[in-house]
Amino acid sequence: MGSEVLAQKETRYRALSGNEAAAQAMRQIEPVVVAAYPITPQTEIVQLFSNFVSDGLVRTEFVPVESEHSALSAVVGAASSGVRAMTATSSNGLALMFEILNIASGLRLPIVMTVVNRALSAPINIHCDHGDTMGVRDAGWIQLYAENAQETYDNLIQAVRIAEHPAVRLPVMVAVDGFIVSHGIENVEMLDDQTVKTFIGTFQPDFSLLDPDHIVTIGPLVLQDSYFEIKRLQVEAVEAAYQVITEVGLDFEKVSGRCYQLVEEYRMEEAETAVVALGSTAGNFKEVVDQFQARGVPVGLLKLRVFRPFPAEQVRRALARCRAVAVMDRAHSLSGQGGPLFTEVKAALQGTGFPAGSMVNYVYGLGGREITLEMAQRVVEDLQKLAKGSEGDQVLPVNYLGLRE
Amino acid sequence: MVTVKDLEKRPELFNPGHRACAGCGFPQAVRLVLKASKNPVVVSVATGCLEVTTTVFPQTSWGCSYIHNAFENAAATISGVEAAYRGLKRFGHLTDQKFHFIAFGGDGGTYDIGFQALSGALERGHNFLYVCYDNEAYANTGIQRSGATPKGASTTTTPAGKIGSGKNQFRKDLTAIAAAHRIPYAAQGSITHWKDLVAKAEKGLDVEGPAFLNILAPCRLSWGTAPEETIDLVRHAVDSCFWPLYEVEKGKWKLNYKPREKKSYIEWLKRQRRFRHLFNGRNKELLLELQAEVDRRWEELLEKCGAK
Repeated sequence: MGSEVLAQKETRYRALSGNEAAAQAMRQIEPVVVAAYPITPQTEIVQLFSNFVSDGLVRTEFVPVESEHSALSAVVGAASSGVRAMTATSSNGLALMFEILNIASGLRLPIVMTVVNRALSAPINIHCDHGDTMGVRDAGWIQLYAENAQETYDNLIQAVRIAEHPAVRLPVMVAVDGFIVSHGIENVEMLDDQTVKTFIGTFQPDFSLLDPDHIVTIGPLVLQDSYFEIKRLQVEAVEAAYQVITEVGLDFEKVSGRCYQLVEEYRMEEAETAVVALGSTAGNFKEVVDQFQARGVPVGLLKLRVFRPFPAEQVRRALARCRAVAVMDRAHSLSGQGGPLFTEVKAALQGTGFPAGSMVNYVYGLGGREITLEMAQRVVEDLQKLAKGSEGDQVLPVNYLGLRE
Repeated sequence: MVTVKDLEKRPELFNPGHRACAGCGFPQAVRLVLKASKNPVVVSVATGCLEVTTTVFPQTSWGCSYIHNAFENAAATISGVEAAYRGLKRFGHLTDQKFHFIAFGGDGGTYDIGFQALSGALERGHNFLYVCYDNEAYANTGIQRSGATPKGASTTTTPAGKIGSGKNQFRKDLTAIAAAHRIPYAAQGSITHWKDLVAKAEKGLDVEGPAFLNILAPCRLSWGTAPEETIDLVRHAVDSCFWPLYEVEKGKWKLNYKPREKKSYIEWLKRQRRFRHLFNGRNKELLLELQAEVDRRWEELLEKCGAK
């Protein structure tokens, strides 16, 4: 290999943590405004980005606000001024933003935010689970979940294009597993700055507070006569997002060589049983699926990259041939019905003839509880029993994996 | 000082047709502040009567760009707009264009729920003017007590009753708190002293950095007064020294108006239904206490302003 190629390699591959990958993506996106507040485990993103500002690597106006509520409020103000605006948060910070999450989506502002997943209080905990992003799953944001640092980087860059697409104009959050991905260091292949700039293009806002020739009233009072219609338009934008996310994924593949779709089917071609998972846990199951397939067990993995809008069609198609499905939830909705991913997958399969008893839920990893390969293996073993359907081999509909009981 | 003729010639950025009540104080406050602008204006308005009465979709009273985000974040929202402006300049997308950035909030949105966002924005030094239209209660939700409600006022959450004598606490001195952020300009104004008010808004818009302007703007439903009394009641509030007109410019306190003859605060209370229970004979001591506190705060202000 010539030295020139090596040099190129060195600039493209970098050892980055998930947080560093997110900060690098933000540097390359170079939004006009970033407003953020520190919270573990997201803090590094804010720190790293502040360094980029201080070193003149970005021209971004950084607003170090006094709370997450103000972070997103300022970002709403900035996005309403016709510029790209970003933020990042975790857990309780996201919960504090809840009011403004709905305003950002209701005003159709294409804001992009990294959410480093962390368990919600109480009890207070700083480690990963999906309780935070699942708690805001119906706030009108598109949700992308990253398996690793590479996907964190790639999803953030694609998020800009998805959010700003004229048919969508919705905010996007990129969920990243706290500590597991945010602080784990991996080889990340970065695109060069110019490729990212060309890929995301320039933002063409529909309106701007800073256009004195076209004054605008943003956020008026809308009552019984029009509120419903405006919400219906938001539904249309969400529906348009399926197609847009797919198209942006295809475009991204052209510049990166990495393929992104709504879902990732891992060794599902011959699978008779499947595990459905989000985020870093998909990595555990890829390993375990390889182990079992090597022994001739036809199990596959369905990883959801997109949770909002929910890719029901892709889930139905992927699971159509399966006789048993295990759905992995790193969050508990405390609904009495299992975790949120479970109820969504169930709803997607409703009417397909898939027997309800052949679908089981595993709630795992709450508050950062580790999920080991052994635990993942147990899930696959349970699935095989379930697929056989023999008496005495019943698996409970909702199971707690890795819990001391 | 401006004249009425000057103001007449300036563009009208706050248009008639809004749904504010007859006798409401804030339309004058907003109109006068906007008359002080020279550049295009972007306003951020907190949830409240001003927002609700001026932007009933699909109509708007605003002749300038406007954003309403939520109740507690008018200051944070305008921070983001101002940051976008700075960012666009740094990117070279905006060159000569100048703007004024103004946030409006009622006392609930400013003294209470929006206090943190306001304090943060003042401390960060954004170039904006925050205007509080202070009607001394959560008027929009039906007259609940706020941090700005005067002691003794009957509100729907501090109702005068067989035992209760209205709100038990004195009001928060927010103008002084804003000044304590050591911002370039903080002031208290009144819709009655309109020349003074326009001059203060001009100063607030001209200074580099954050400015705060607190304006007494009665809500006649909360106060229990006739619409035609609004202006006179504000004048009485100023003349009783309950609502002194002063400014703090680069740390220097200055009294802008000293009544020739200080009027009775108790007489001011007597004019309003919200204080009616104080005159039932049982609250004589409380009335004296209220008068004494107004006098004490006035003396304190005179001291600060070197106007004794």
